[in-house]
Amino acid sequence: MDLNSIYTELIMEHSQHSHNHHHLDCPSHSMRGHNPSCGDDITLELKVVEGIIEDASFTGLGCAISKASTSMMIDLIKGKSVEEALELVSVFIGMIKREITDEAELEVLEDALALQNISNMPARVKCAVLAWHTLKQSLEEKE
Amino acid sequence: MDGRSITEIRKDFPSLTLSANGKPLVYLDNAATTQKPFRVIASLKDYYERSNANPHRGAHYLSIMATEAYESSREVVRAFINAWSSREIIFTRNATESLNLLAHSYGMTNIKEGDEIVISILEHHSNLIPWQQLAKAKKAQLKYLYVDSEGQVKDEEIYTKITDKTKLVSITHISNALGTVTPVKRIIDFAHEKGAVVIVDGSQSVPHIKLDVKALDADFLVFSGHKMLGPMGIGVLYGKEKLLEAMPPFLFGGDMIEYVHEQETTFAELPFKLEAGTQNVEGALGLKEAILYLEKLGMDRIEAMEKELTAYAFERLSELPIIELYGPRDLSKRSSVISFNVKDVHPHDTASIMDAYGVAIRAGHHCAQPLMRYMNLNATARASFYFYNTKDEIDIFIDSLKNVRKWLGYGS
Repeated sequence: MDLNSIYTELIMEHSQHSHNHHHLDCPSHSMRGHNPSCGDDITLELKVVEGIIEDASFTGLGCAISKASTSMMIDLIKGKSVEEALELVSVFIGMIKREITDEAELEVLEDALALQNISNMPARVKCAVLAWHTLKQSLEEKE
Repeated sequence: MDGRSITEIRKDFPSLTLSANGKPLVYLDNAATTQKPFRVIASLKDYYERSNANPHRGAHYLSIMATEAYESSREVVRAFINAWSSREIIFTRNATESLNLLAHSYGMTNIKEGDEIVISILEHHSNLIPWQQLAKAKKAQLKYLYVDSEGQVKDEEIYTKITDKTKLVSITHISNALGTVTPVKRIIDFAHEKGAVVIVDGSQSVPHIKLDVKALDADFLVFSGHKMLGPMGIGVLYGKEKLLEAMPPFLFGGDMIEYVHEQETTFAELPFKLEAGTQNVEGALGLKEAILYLEKLGMDRIEAMEKELTAYAFERLSELPIIELYGPRDLSKRSSVISFNVKDVHPHDTASIMDAYGVAIRAGHHCAQPLMRYMNLNATARASFYFYNTKDEIDIFIDSLKNVRKWLGYGS
């Protein structure tokens, strides 16, 4: 395993200085995501207005990979519709499970494409997918 | 005692010569499970090649061989912990199953509404949830012995929490999360004064120190074979004969009966009453070989080797300003488990980065969520040693640790 392909500058930037790590003023959605075995514990906040995710943020603790993944996801979904966000969740999870390998298809993930190599680290897959599962759960629960 | 050098001893363990991620493997996750010597591995193969049949049932040659393999293992376990009789040794899958057996069989029979069960906040989930669920089922009260900032059980906790209402105390001997050695003898003696029965979770102590159930006066002792060179899937429940005698069976089925009628059954005597169905014979045999290996090396020597390793690792870790150490600073009060964090780094990142250097450590809450919450820790990294580890391996561990922060973009 090559650590260079995992702990990249982009991932460090998102995990250590995330502009998305704060509370929202009046979130319409708030959902906790937890990996009990390792202690990743994030809360995702969303402000959804008329089917559009106007704003999103997160709070909590986690490893570099879970925090970077959460922050990248938030950048990606801001301004998107709920349907678009759910579609992005399935593309991301498809990428991590190596079910989607076509680069063109994965381009929609923008920065989060940097997490593709996590699929080579089985022990860390759950860190990378935590925020995405939490988003899906949050959006589906409110429907 | 075995006077061989550590270099010779390591040759007994095929997996210690493995590489991990292109680096020599440095295995420091022994509190989770240990590596196995040739002798144990060979015994499993040998059993299936030469002695395999269903024990206790047939009158034929192989069945007698299998019975002999299984029962001679029970006797080796008895002698190892100095129990009075092999009737007091029940084979289970692991310490977890032993504790669940106790909660169901002893607990459901003896715990009544309003009784108190006392455990410590150090407990592994396996010595916590069975008692929590029993307390709920019986409307009993579950009480905790709390610890100080170094994870030591406080004396005043022992003398105030264990009362005349306490019927059962279940206490770990050594914490798997912090390495704390608990004052188990003091707890047993005081609990006995109050009329309570005491279970000792020896999962982290039996593999590392000489444990004598008579000297300790434990009512029950549980441990797992795989944490002491044995195979997975074999564990032990020791209990004083008079207590086991009074317990109802936990599982019903073959081999644990005397006479079965359409509406009634009488049960076999100890230890068979508590071992239903075909047992893990090769597991018991592997555990026997593991114990014989440990005894040949000598438990005193094992303890001394691990003390030296732990002291060396602790000293080297203490020199690193980037490391936060948890648990007792007094080395006489800790075992070969060291819990720590690299400053600003989540332990899972630490463990992944260490893995790239070939170093196997554990990260997480170590199946002790209430303890982590009580100590105000989210998760920790944990290095745990066994006698086959070396100071050279600890040097690799330390050198690798120095690189962790760099990977996460910190200067040093």
